[in-house]
Amino acid sequence: MIDVVMPQMGESIVEGTVTRWLKKPGDRVERDEALFEISTDKVDTEIPSPAAGTLAEILVPEGQTVPINTVVARIDETGAARAPSAAVEEAAAAPPAEQPAAPPTPAVPAAPEAAAAAPAAAAVEDLQAAAEAVGPLSPLVRKMLREHNLDPRLIKGTGAGGRITKQDVEAYLAARAREAAAPPPPPAAEAPPPPSTRAEAAAAPPAAAPPPAVAAPPPAAEVTPVARAEAPKVRVEPMSIMRQRIAEHMVLSKRTSAHVTTIHRVDMTRVARMRERYKAEVQQRYGFSLTYLPFITRAAAQALRAYPLLNASIDGTNIVYHNEINIGIAVALDNGLIVPVIRNADEKSVIGLQRAIADLAARARSRQLKPDEVHGGTFSITNFGSYGSLTGTPIINQPQVAILGVGVVEKAPVVVDDDKIAIRSVCLLSLTFDHRLIDGALADQFMQKIKSVLENWSEEVL
Amino acid sequence: MRVCEWRELGRVRYGDALRLQRELVEKRKQGAIPDQLLLLEHPHVITLGRNGRLQNLLAAPEVLERAGIEFFHTDRGGDITYHGPGQVVGYPILDLREWRRDVVAYVRALEQVIIEALAQFGLRGERVEGRTGVWIDGRKIAAIGVHVSRWVTSHGFAFNVSTDLNYFRYIVPCGLAAPVTSMWELGARAELREVHAALVAAFSRVFECEMIGPVIPAEQVK
Repeated sequence: MIDVVMPQMGESIVEGTVTRWLKKPGDRVERDEALFEISTDKVDTEIPSPAAGTLAEILVPEGQTVPINTVVARIDETGAARAPSAAVEEAAAAPPAEQPAAPPTPAVPAAPEAAAAAPAAAAVEDLQAAAEAVGPLSPLVRKMLREHNLDPRLIKGTGAGGRITKQDVEAYLAARAREAAAPPPPPAAEAPPPPSTRAEAAAAPPAAAPPPAVAAPPPAAEVTPVARAEAPKVRVEPMSIMRQRIAEHMVLSKRTSAHVTTIHRVDMTRVARMRERYKAEVQQRYGFSLTYLPFITRAAAQALRAYPLLNASIDGTNIVYHNEINIGIAVALDNGLIVPVIRNADEKSVIGLQRAIADLAARARSRQLKPDEVHGGTFSITNFGSYGSLTGTPIINQPQVAILGVGVVEKAPVVVDDDKIAIRSVCLLSLTFDHRLIDGALADQFMQKIKSVLENWSEEVL
Repeated sequence: MRVCEWRELGRVRYGDALRLQRELVEKRKQGAIPDQLLLLEHPHVITLGRNGRLQNLLAAPEVLERAGIEFFHTDRGGDITYHGPGQVVGYPILDLREWRRDVVAYVRALEQVIIEALAQFGLRGERVEGRTGVWIDGRKIAAIGVHVSRWVTSHGFAFNVSTDLNYFRYIVPCGLAAPVTSMWELGARAELREVHAALVAAFSRVFECEMIGPVIPAEQVK
């Protein structure tokens, strides 16, 4: 029988109230499965079961407050293990946490992994037996014992009622490592050092979903002969946090807005001439190159002034018009992207915009943006033309309602006045807009405004 | 230094926020994401904690429905409370094992965050022994209710900035027949975003973590 006690959820806490039993006596419970809930102050806490088995009896009913370490229930472990069906269930539920057979690990590392798993499995059995000798063990301590293949009876417990704590296990491991300094290191030495708090969080997944990193197969170098015979067909690695964020936000945006894209062709010849004329001087005077992007940004800012609905956002059933025109510029990073914001973009000249774009892009790539520089955008521009794309259908940057995609500026034969064919610098601009708020006619008027500014460019750059 | 990502989610329905929290709690337990601080508003909603007493709801469900107020039973600590526009709701998803394994210390720290944020606007929030939350002159300005699962927190605090306090008349807040107040009622007419900034700065100091964000709007472009 394993005792379940009222846990201490903080230094100053002397008692807790059982608010809810999530299992009834006789119910099967897995180790680490939520067993009951307690309440202290304004905090409700789910308490996981310290062991797998059958909930034999509940000693403290819902609503009752008891001192910490009071036994509130008992779990019958042995009974569960004897029942064949339960044993199968347990085998299916518990050990995979340490031995993820399910993930698509290639066949290659199977042998070393199985070897590593065998002592662990033995330790699990030992633990069940030993637990009766040393009293209840917390899930964390059980995990540590298993990982290091330790017999709990050898460890002195200093916790409440002589329970073995994490610190006790760490102290034991440290002492053992000191003793074993000269002879070949024990297997534990290969395991990570006593987990730092950060590593511990990563290494303590719920039993159901072990991240592959925890039980990563040993490096391929150890199994080269086999590896050459059967090269793995896949490689699995976790997404970076930024990748996960991007994935989350893209899908969120698609779910939120009614995306429609309209594409307009813009003759950039006048802008191209302007750019040619000032390129060298800008480079010399300011130290950055002059691209097409600040011209397009300037045209977009003017169009946003003219059509403020494109600079709005939706709040429930309200339309929020933003008085500032803050344009986000998508910047590609090594394995992700970020959208720093040019504030009051309509108040800046082409040079001012180019400076802001160059500065934000450089600091985005060196990860030196300040939080408020990626925040508060009211419209976005993404310049996939710099990677050669003709056009695209970008995803709206929530909670904005439109995003401008800039295709590559290329020379192309164009039919001009008098049915002549001329060589012009041409670019496709695409606008993805949220049809919840903006109708096609308005979107196209907005685009025609941008087109008109760019095709009739008259503003001096310097 | 530990990292905490913060997000401004705007106005989110209670049920949607609950789902998002559950999702993030799972990811946090797996170590897939760092600590999180969600800042948001709810449309009008009244929620009853696990230990709440329904008698503290003063209006019949039909009355709430007519007034456009949702009603939820929820799994946080604490009794009954109201959320609505003008109230900053903060949901920290923290792994307390990386801070302190102490839920009471956690609640005191949340109070400290709000007290420090209030100070930015010239208001002096106080603790009242035995009455979790933040108080000014005997009136409650922020309520706290937390859920913990394997040391990972969810739910959090509700902080009245420009809340229409009339809505509290439908309930006995937190089961206490004490009045509520808001920053605006006390003459500090701050915008929600300014309050967010003050909370984020205070959170960083109190929990000794580096705040990264707001992470939501940054990365959604193609």
